[in-house]
Amino acid sequence: MSDQTIRAPQTVTRTARPRDENEEPYLEVTDLQVQFPTADGMVQAVQGLSYRLPLRRTLAIVGESGSGKSVSSMAVMGLHDTKTARISGSIKVGGREIVGMSEKDLEEFRGADAAMIFQDPQSSLHPYFTIGDQIMESYRAHHNVSKRKAKDRAIEMLDRVGIPNPQRRVSQFPHEFSGGMRQRAMIAMALVNDPKLLIADEPTTALDVTVQAQILDLIADLQRDFGSAVVFITHDLGVVAEIADDILVMYAGNAVEHGPVDKILGRPLHPYSWGLMESIPALTGEPQPLHPIPGAPPSLLAVPSGCPFHPRCEFKDRVAGDLCRTLKPELIPRTIDQGRASRCHLKEPDRVFDTEILPRLP
Amino acid sequence: MSIATETSGSGVPQRADAPLLQLENLAMHFKTSGDGLLFRGTKWVQAVDGVNLTVHAGETLGLVGESGCGKSTTARLITRLLEPTAGKILYQGNDIAHLNERKMRPFRREIQLIFQDPFSSLNPRHTVGTIVGTALRTHGMVDKHGELRRVQELLEMVGLNPEHYNRYPHEFSGGQRQRIGIARALATQPKIIVADEPVSALDVSIQAQVMNLLENLRKELGIAFVFIAHDLGVVRHFCDRVAVIYLGRVVEEGPRDSLYQKPQHPYTQALLSAVPDIGVVRGVPPKSRIRLVGDVPSPVDPPSGCRFRTRCWKAQDICAQVDPPLDLKAPNQRAACHFAEPPAEPIVAEVPA
Amino acid sequence: MLLYILRRVVSAISVVVVTLVASFALFFLAPTDPAGVICGPRCTPERLADIEASLDLDKPAVQQIGLYMKGLVVGRDYTAGGVTTHCPAPCMGYSYTLGQPVTKLLAQAIPVTISIVIGGAVVYLTIGIMAGTIAAQHRGTTLDRITVGSTLIIASFPYFVFALLVALYATFLPESQYTPFLEDPIAWASGLLTAWLCVGVTNAASYTRYSRASMIESLGQDFVRTARSKGITRRRVVYRHGLRAALTPVATIFGIDLAFQLTGAIFTESIFGLPGIGLLTLRAFGQYDLPVLMGGVLVGSAVLVTMNLVVDILYTFLDPRVRLG
Repeated sequence: MSDQTIRAPQTVTRTARPRDENEEPYLEVTDLQVQFPTADGMVQAVQGLSYRLPLRRTLAIVGESGSGKSVSSMAVMGLHDTKTARISGSIKVGGREIVGMSEKDLEEFRGADAAMIFQDPQSSLHPYFTIGDQIMESYRAHHNVSKRKAKDRAIEMLDRVGIPNPQRRVSQFPHEFSGGMRQRAMIAMALVNDPKLLIADEPTTALDVTVQAQILDLIADLQRDFGSAVVFITHDLGVVAEIADDILVMYAGNAVEHGPVDKILGRPLHPYSWGLMESIPALTGEPQPLHPIPGAPPSLLAVPSGCPFHPRCEFKDRVAGDLCRTLKPELIPRTIDQGRASRCHLKEPDRVFDTEILPRLP
Repeated sequence: MSIATETSGSGVPQRADAPLLQLENLAMHFKTSGDGLLFRGTKWVQAVDGVNLTVHAGETLGLVGESGCGKSTTARLITRLLEPTAGKILYQGNDIAHLNERKMRPFRREIQLIFQDPFSSLNPRHTVGTIVGTALRTHGMVDKHGELRRVQELLEMVGLNPEHYNRYPHEFSGGQRQRIGIARALATQPKIIVADEPVSALDVSIQAQVMNLLENLRKELGIAFVFIAHDLGVVRHFCDRVAVIYLGRVVEEGPRDSLYQKPQHPYTQALLSAVPDIGVVRGVPPKSRIRLVGDVPSPVDPPSGCRFRTRCWKAQDICAQVDPPLDLKAPNQRAACHFAEPPAEPIVAEVPA
Repeated sequence: MLLYILRRVVSAISVVVVTLVASFALFFLAPTDPAGVICGPRCTPERLADIEASLDLDKPAVQQIGLYMKGLVVGRDYTAGGVTTHCPAPCMGYSYTLGQPVTKLLAQAIPVTISIVIGGAVVYLTIGIMAGTIAAQHRGTTLDRITVGSTLIIASFPYFVFALLVALYATFLPESQYTPFLEDPIAWASGLLTAWLCVGVTNAASYTRYSRASMIESLGQDFVRTARSKGITRRRVVYRHGLRAALTPVATIFGIDLAFQLTGAIFTESIFGLPGIGLLTLRAFGQYDLPVLMGGVLVGSAVLVTMNLVVDILYTFLDPRVRLG
């Protein structure tokens, strides 16, 4: 570790990039449905998901297990087996339609235009091949170059993601790397072909908090350099606050809230988002009792009628009639707040948040 | 043995002045074979190396640290799933560090463990009633007639439907399974529960439910907790006192509020500073951030002197030579650092009122 | 690594020695009369004593073991009727019934057994791994079900029944016989073909199942998903990433299995009349031919420990995470 300098405390400021509505989206998902037929019935993994993501912007998709956040992103990469998954709707990456694309075209697309990093770098890297081999394989799949050239490129990428001694490290195996270094290597492999879209599926969940901070810094830094669009899947709202420009909250396969991160986290308008925020213990102030969401997420084999969140929602009685149980609310863009949308029947959610939820938050 | 001793219901001798649990220079070194050419020089992984901690009755002590720091090994030592290499584990003044299984039994009743993984820690072939009932029967807590009633009481206590005693673990969700684990731990009416990452495998909303349950049980039953977690927010929420562990040693220990607001040890400061802060978007000014470089050194061959010095920005020559003792640096707050000092500005930004 | 091999070789040798002593003791305790066998029906007590003396059978058991060991290492002299024969190291004595040096008999038999086992292994590994990989890729389809079903049918036949049926009905195959490879490779191959197919097909059934299970597990791993996300071809994902990882557990089974196959080739040898180790020791057993029997035991245990060592070393090449030391 002698080749590393120890950095003193520093203040890092991050400001979300202002949103430009006219910006051409690089990734455009429209009415995406993903279903898995099983012996027990149809698993409704993603229902009618739509979002747009321009270059140089980071979208955080937030939700609990089974919310559809990973499944929808696997669909963007064209990773679902067409024999077991039914996908409809449209996913356009750089103008190309991914849904229904041939396997051959998908092979050309994956890794070149869009790349993905995963939660557990330990199991996501092949244990029998060296780090260099795996990065070179990715590069040579999309570039017709010699092994020598590919290796130079691998070393260059390892250096870029902050791995010391890349010349030596390139011929080591994943088990010779620490957890944080493995995730750096995964990132190097994903970015080796300079993809315009990076999907990061809980990339820091398996890491320790100090290493997580390093990796978040790295991803943000690389995004500035590479100018790519990033989809960042996580369950951690703190991570969202640090890394994202936009946020999409998912529940039981549906987007329930969507918009710029400062607006959504500053004043969430969906009862599920409120529940999430009230479930996180704070690092400051007098510890408040937590107000968890009652019950558990529904089975995707039997998503509740009406609003999928209604069985766990403490505000459903404030909505006139049986609306929450019978009619699924639309993801409606708000007229007063540009660029944000929420899927809820509740009237005046701003007022409810300010008067009832905010005082309970730490 | 000059002090009068009495015996609790479980047969554990109690001493009036002894704290509930006291760890003295506790060490656990695991053997690993080295890679020497001629001699396979046995090497030792110093998972836990000289831990001193005290837990009083009804108190909650949080253990935080990164993976591999030895916090889970400590949990296994306290519950005597492992026998320590050195040091003492004093439970109400009785050293249980090297007791055999038979002598350990009355202590097992009073010291219970909750595991991280609600999926693998319950026997899938046993009903919930059997799982909880076994704990009751092993320690002779109830007679045969009372067993079912007591099981149902316990299930109700942890927020499960008491009529579900004849169901199998796989019929429950992750959060419910963790509740079963808690019911099993409560069955023996323990005085102390060691909870090893009890909520980290759960989704955020479920995590909050289980934390509230643990909190209520603690208040109602007055059970002491050793609460192990890597999530600093969770530990802060639940614990009266917090100990920070790095490479098998306690580097800082103190009351929750002073530790979070005025951390003395550079590692504690770095740890707190690394937690992603949701406050940033709610108008809180960005906090000063400390980014540690590199990885935790191997516990097989820890650095000389202060173990944190290889990643510490304050490190000087003395740090390599002299191992800093865990000394009192502020009221009730101990830190093992030659240059212990709280940061100029609070690391954890306060939300403006 | 070298040191590890050395350590393992030492321990392997000690295992062989222990086996040797144990079997020596067992044969001694058994009510056999090798001198009587050699002497024949018209035997005189003098002649019997003579033979016993020449074979050192009159000496105490411990001394006999010592002499045997010495013979292995430096050779041994036999004196019979005033004539001294030198048996060069490694000396395992002379067959009581055939009169030939045991080493010579073994040298003739070993290549036969090895040819059967290795050739058979090539057949069953090829069929098994290929069928298993294909079945795993088409898991749940008719193709998969047919593969799994047929392996079950084959596996439920006792091996000797299967081999006998082949010997009886597969007359269109070349006649079984052994020709040394160096003499005539084509005759060698055609003479062993029936045995290979027999060993190959029966064992392919279990290797298909091992490979299929291992492959299904491997294809579900995170690193296979990573490989797919890189945009490499499906073939490459399945064979380079999936199969590579799936082979390690199959290799483990193969290593253990191969040693058993070597010692268990006796069925194949006797059914197809191939003069291998199994047949040699079986015959020796019936005739109290102690030196040949001991030679068989020695070769068998040596093969077992060597195979174990080879598999362990092979492992470091298959899985870089395994470090010997």
